Amino acid sequence: MREISLHIMDIIENSINANATLIELEIKENINDNLLIVKIKDNGKGIPQHMLENITDPFVTSRTTRRVGLGLSLFEATCKACNGFLKVSSEVDKGTEVIAVMQHDHIDRPPIGRIEETIVSCLLNPNIDVVYTHITNYKSFSIDTREVKKILGFNDLNHPEVLMWMKEYIKDNLKEIGGGA
Amino acid sequence: MKTLKELEEIRQRTLDRVNQRKDRTTTRIVVGMATCGIAAGARPVLLAIMEEVEKLGLTDVTVAQTGCIGLCKVEPIVEVFKPGEEKVTYVKMDAEKARRIVREHVKDGKVVEEYTLHVVQGKILNDFKAENE
Repeated sequence: MREISLHIMDIIENSINANATLIELEIKENINDNLLIVKIKDNGKGIPQHMLENITDPFVTSRTTRRVGLGLSLFEATCKACNGFLKVSSEVDKGTEVIAVMQHDHIDRPPIGRIEETIVSCLLNPNIDVVYTHITNYKSFSIDTREVKKILGFNDLNHPEVLMWMKEYIKDNLKEIGGGA
Repeated sequence: MKTLKELEEIRQRTLDRVNQRKDRTTTRIVVGMATCGIAAGARPVLLAIMEEVEKLGLTDVTVAQTGCIGLCKVEPIVEVFKPGEEKVTYVKMDAEKARRIVREHVKDGKVVEEYTLHVVQGKILNDFKAENE
């Protein structure tokens, strides 16, 4: 994947397939400690213990179209290439959390990329709420789609006008806090 | 800079349409968004479709995403479901091709044949020329 945001999208896609209704995404750019930390937490159906043990193995997958699943494997490969690691913890019926850690200034670290596009495309799925928090050293930004829905007065965010607003809103705010590089 | 206040304005504008959309049969545009699709560039395709739908002011169109469609080598894949018509599958999409599909197929009802999926001698291809030869 060319961008971290594409990896994130891939992982969120897993959450959606696990019937999650709430996805919490946190991106932390800690320049002082030179770390980039991505946390993706969902309230989906979780991963059974026996699968969790080697979940980043490409041949461990719950998909039925074929026996290979590359999402987590690829993300882990990226983390490892950047002096970091990927951790998956999960509890059946409670949800799953993926934590990816990378060296922020590692030469092989892909750019975070267009995270706003990732968020917007996730919202095309009905009944999904996203809480996205982006933290840089001194500032942070957060958006909760449940609040957006409250202001809009309707629960269906899948309107081009709403989604395009959201995309620009996230982009502007990231610029404001100096994040997203 | 975009503000939450603008959301109020969007609310005013879209509220009527939200209700309208419920009781109408809409065209669905679906983009395949599994690892294969994402890696092949499905996200820019999806965004281009959304932008074009907004630009053209198409209200009876729903843009959605799905998992792996099962033909990873011809991703990004876009499927168009028009009410009462057969599904049309477009393969090897990019943002420009996707915009054309929204304009010509979704809006004007003319299928963009050259981007569709073809079966040539039992093999799934998207080679429009090969099929005609």
